[in-house]
Amino acid sequence: MLAIDICASLGEFELEVTTKIPLDGITGILGPSGSGKTTLLRVLAGFEPAEGRIIVDDEVWLDTKSKTDIAPHRRSLGYMFQDTRLFDHLSVAGNLEYATSRTLSEIKQIVVDDVVDAFDLSPLLKRRPAELSGGEKQRVALARTLLTNPRFLVLDEPLSALDEQRRSDILPYIDTMASQFQVPALYVSHAVGEVAHIARRILALSNGRVQANGPTNEILERLDLLDVTGRFEAGSVVEATVIDHVERHRLTRLTIDGQTLTMPMEPGVAPGDQIRLRVRARDVALALIRPESISIRNILDATIVDLFQGPESPYVEALVEFEKQRLRARITLASVEDLSLAVGMHVFVLIKSVTFESSLA
Amino acid sequence: MNNLAAIWLTVQLATVTTCILLFFGTALAWWLSRTKSRAKPIIEAVTALPLVLPPTVLGFYLLVIMSPDNAIGSFWVHLTGSTLTFSFAGLVVASVIYSLPFMVQPLQNAFETVGSEPLEAAASLRATPLNAFFTVAMPLSARGFLTAIVLTFAHTVGEFGVVLMVGGNIPGETRVISIAIYEHVETLQYAAAHSLSLALLGFSFVVLLAVYTLNRRFPIRIR
Repeated sequence: MLAIDICASLGEFELEVTTKIPLDGITGILGPSGSGKTTLLRVLAGFEPAEGRIIVDDEVWLDTKSKTDIAPHRRSLGYMFQDTRLFDHLSVAGNLEYATSRTLSEIKQIVVDDVVDAFDLSPLLKRRPAELSGGEKQRVALARTLLTNPRFLVLDEPLSALDEQRRSDILPYIDTMASQFQVPALYVSHAVGEVAHIARRILALSNGRVQANGPTNEILERLDLLDVTGRFEAGSVVEATVIDHVERHRLTRLTIDGQTLTMPMEPGVAPGDQIRLRVRARDVALALIRPESISIRNILDATIVDLFQGPESPYVEALVEFEKQRLRARITLASVEDLSLAVGMHVFVLIKSVTFESSLA
Repeated sequence: MNNLAAIWLTVQLATVTTCILLFFGTALAWWLSRTKSRAKPIIEAVTALPLVLPPTVLGFYLLVIMSPDNAIGSFWVHLTGSTLTFSFAGLVVASVIYSLPFMVQPLQNAFETVGSEPLEAAASLRATPLNAFFTVAMPLSARGFLTAIVLTFAHTVGEFGVVLMVGGNIPGETRVISIAIYEHVETLQYAAAHSLSLALLGFSFVVLLAVYTLNRRFPIRIR
């Protein structure tokens, strides 16, 4: 458990964070730029001065009252910087060795061979950082950080410098990091999609304050957090079970809370698998009666549990619930009025498209 | 023979000065590149003083401070039995002060270029600050070190005014190349003056050429 109760000021900006984060799996830290995400990581690492307390498990890293302030190099935290910060004067192997040679052998669970295999680094070992592509640098940096065998990792927008294609190349490695090496991580990003994909829970920051802290699904469906979770790409992550594949239509059939759903065929999953899906709020429409003769295949029963209208927005975000799982729909204010939509009403949910997110182990 | 003794003395003086400055100059440059202290501009100005002061002024004050009538000078006599003025040791002290900016400025520049980012990375990889300095900051500043060492050495080789004021002209003790040339001209030995001058000219040109060729990254702030 990571217990944070800190206050830091940088010029005009003030960061005040009081929260507890369980150290297992990946915790996403979401927030618009300037919300204090990076500052929070830097305070945790000891790079920025702060007042208050930081306690990791039973280790006190910072306690202003007892004048405890553990030096950065003695905090067991792996920091993956946005700009990788590989050492240009060392080869890739030298960079990895820099981490291992400074890590006590008692805690050395992860060794060079493991990360070289996991991150496909063997062809890169003799090269210099200057000769690597952006994605390769990120892989080396991730491996180097892991080799210090930290209590937990912090990743500061590791994908922001990469193009779309490279991002999807790197994300599996970050998954690997969490699942294979079992190192918990705080993952900072302003891209909701990334965080929804890999994070178990989300800490939402805004203006240097914690707005919310909870499981990914809950945070993503909270309508009052739209500023943080983003309007355009807003959506929900739902869990579903694979029924079967329909080869002829190139579709995979799923069940969610007892109702059937289809998505483009995902050959990587097998019947019975539990998976996560992402549904964008703008791909969801609502109807009062079941539409007939319509191209949309996914029509489910649900109940409206929340309606939220942003200030001066033509749109309303509706939260609908099946049995347990919830979905966000983005509809116009005009539709809400025309259909007299209200909380508690039974509606039909029309889902235009569903994206496969990840398999649940 | 006379000339060779002067050359050998000059090489000794420049080497000892450079070694001493490599230690103190690095520490000072590191502090200047990191500090947020308000005293920074004052220290920077003091460090740069030898660049603008006439060597005679610097030499005059050093002569006064080092003279046995003064606390520092008499302490030295007490310690070693000989005076600091008109001795090799006195020349070293004077050269260290005179050449200080030539060591500090390129290094400070190099350290500032390295910045705090690689050092934070090193700290996150469990390196102590001192260890991070030797394994990250120094290698990344290698060219700054090269510039600083070469400039300090060359500048010490070329000094005249301070040496004359503090050291005088004692063969084998304080008569360095520049003093020897002066002596040759005074006594109208132009041939000897020519050979030494030409050697110094060639040396200086080669050194500067080497520095400017090898080092385009850190601007050299010398006048």
